[in-house]
Amino acid sequence: METVQRPHRENLVRWAQSRPEVLVLSADLTASCEADGFRDAYPERFFSMGMAEQNMMGFAAGLAREGLFPFIHTFAVFVTRRPFDQVAMSIAYPNLPVRLIGFLPGITTAGGVTHQAIDDVALMRILPNMSVLECGDATDVESVLDVAQAVNGPVYVRMLRGEVPRLFDAGEPMVLGRARVLGEGRDLTVLSSGICTEEAMRAIQALRGQGLSIAHLHVSTLKPFEDPAIEAAIAGARLGVVTMENHGIIGGLGSVVAELMAEKGLGGRLIRIGLRDTYAHGASRRYLMREYGLDAMALVRAAEDLTSTQFDLTEEALSRVRLETMSRIDKTEDL
Amino acid sequence: MARIHSQSSERPTVDSIRSVADAVRRRVLEHTLTNNGGYLSQACSSAEILATLYLRVMRLGPSDASSIPKPFAGVPGADNPDAFTGAGYNGPKGPDFDRFIFSPVHYALVLYSLLIELGRLDPNALDAFNRDGSTVDLIGAEHSPGHEVTAGSLGQAISQAGGIALARRLRGDSGRVWVFMSDGEFQEGQTWEAFAALAYHGLGNIGVYVDANAQQCDGPMDSVMCIEPLGDRLRAFGAEVHEVDGHDPDALAAPAESMAERDRPLVVIARTDPCRGIERLRERAPKLHYVRFKSETEFETYRTLLNQMREGIR
Ligand SMILES: Cc1ncc(C[n+]2csc(CCOP(=O)(O)OP(=O)(O)O)c2C)c(N)n1
Repeated sequence: METVQRPHRENLVRWAQSRPEVLVLSADLTASCEADGFRDAYPERFFSMGMAEQNMMGFAAGLAREGLFPFIHTFAVFVTRRPFDQVAMSIAYPNLPVRLIGFLPGITTAGGVTHQAIDDVALMRILPNMSVLECGDATDVESVLDVAQAVNGPVYVRMLRGEVPRLFDAGEPMVLGRARVLGEGRDLTVLSSGICTEEAMRAIQALRGQGLSIAHLHVSTLKPFEDPAIEAAIAGARLGVVTMENHGIIGGLGSVVAELMAEKGLGGRLIRIGLRDTYAHGASRRYLMREYGLDAMALVRAAEDLTSTQFDLTEEALSRVRLETMSRIDKTEDL
Repeated sequence: MARIHSQSSERPTVDSIRSVADAVRRRVLEHTLTNNGGYLSQACSSAEILATLYLRVMRLGPSDASSIPKPFAGVPGADNPDAFTGAGYNGPKGPDFDRFIFSPVHYALVLYSLLIELGRLDPNALDAFNRDGSTVDLIGAEHSPGHEVTAGSLGQAISQAGGIALARRLRGDSGRVWVFMSDGEFQEGQTWEAFAALAYHGLGNIGVYVDANAQQCDGPMDSVMCIEPLGDRLRAFGAEVHEVDGHDPDALAAPAESMAERDRPLVVIARTDPCRGIERLRERAPKLHYVRFKSETEFETYRTLLNQMREGIR
């Protein structure tokens, strides 16, 4: 599978070139959030706000009221936790088009509890007027700015940095409110987001080899959550639904799916894979995914639970699964 | 290698503090080489400040924590009696002992290295540095050796230290609360809210040492967001402020030496050099925040430098 180095860095420069109304605000993490290219290319549109996130949100609100489009760049925890009230009152309430780009989602950082955004989706989702997007691969990263910019109101983007895999065809951009249907099936439906999609793809390929029929959708719009394809996939699952997210199970993808199932009367079981009402700690991403059960094996266990079957799948076998860049299901049927 | 216990009755000399500080720089450089990256410039700027705090300023008992750090025992919670903090490395809590609150926890390796030089931590403790399942974290957490509160969202520890100082005053403790901060933290609004409250409540049992290295992630602070004149700003907020050469142990210790009762927070702004002791780093300026060696020749240069620094001590 192809990986792309720092896709946001290049994309932001390219994308903002013809959009003079786009500004970047940064809180002393400019290169860490891949905004250094923008800073160097368009210094007159880049504003260093210092390590002062609450104030930065207020400035963004003021700029947006004056017709500009501020793109906040900092770590996800420093977008959603520290300046939560400023985001809620100065930005979300007046429905201002501020784009909040948050880096280091979930346990992708060894920086420990203060740097791990395990509640950011929940915090942004509960704010009226706020839309919530999450990137799962380089194609998502390269197309999310268009999606965010088309929204009339504030948008929170859970962004990836550094080396990012390309799971999806570069010609198939992210679409607001539309999950990527990666596979169809009758037994189980798996809904995954962010970096968990790659893990899910591994497990699903192995589980299909064991004879299970699994529908798989990659969710990039967490709010609004109105995709008819998601509803249909949930309704069509014979044995149950599994959500898989790099986030706590309260307030994120697992919660929104539970709410949808309850409200639409879509019976059946739901297993939510994610951090189970706990903080994490500083360690490598691989180690933490295993410790907190966010990896491919966690999905195998969930499938075993829902099907009451034991699958003879080892971690070794799962890591051997080779992944290819995928197109949407309507183009390739062989998934 | 210098091994001095801060509880020893004779006063450590300036030379012994300097030699501890140099040993800290060497150890941080060594681990920056082993890990291919590290907060090296922070060791250069803060080594004397932290060494002076432990050797001259703070009244601490001997460590009562295990010299080989315990593995991670889970996050705090009602159902986890095993969770712990790293405060034991700073000695037992007691009415007459001082407390140490470490705020810019990306400096963790500097603190671990100092604790080793002081015999509070085993020299092999750094084998667990940044390893999965360990408490010797890259960015210190409250379970990490020498750490007591969760501080990595910067600008939060000063307020927690204020609460501890207030509680100690209510209890009538004679021990003081010492806080180590970075200058970047003075960009956060919370820091100023904390200083307003410290002064308003007349908390004279708290002292703050600031590593004013004039650097932050994006580069020199005056290219990111200005905080100067820091001394005047803090004075206007009601603090007693001293600005000193942050590499001079006597100058660093002097403001803390007076035992007279204060009715306001003490701040020592330690003006420091992010390349002190490792001149070679200067060629990397302004990118000093996190040092990663790019080529094998660069590695070799710094390896040779480390050997020279080691020979220098004979
Ligand atoms: C609230 C908050 N915002 C952002 C960060 C990310 N961050 C880590 S260190 C740092 C600034 C570094 O400057 P300084 O505190 O002066 O430390 P030094 O330059 O001495 O390393 C930043 C912005 C953080 N840890 N906490």
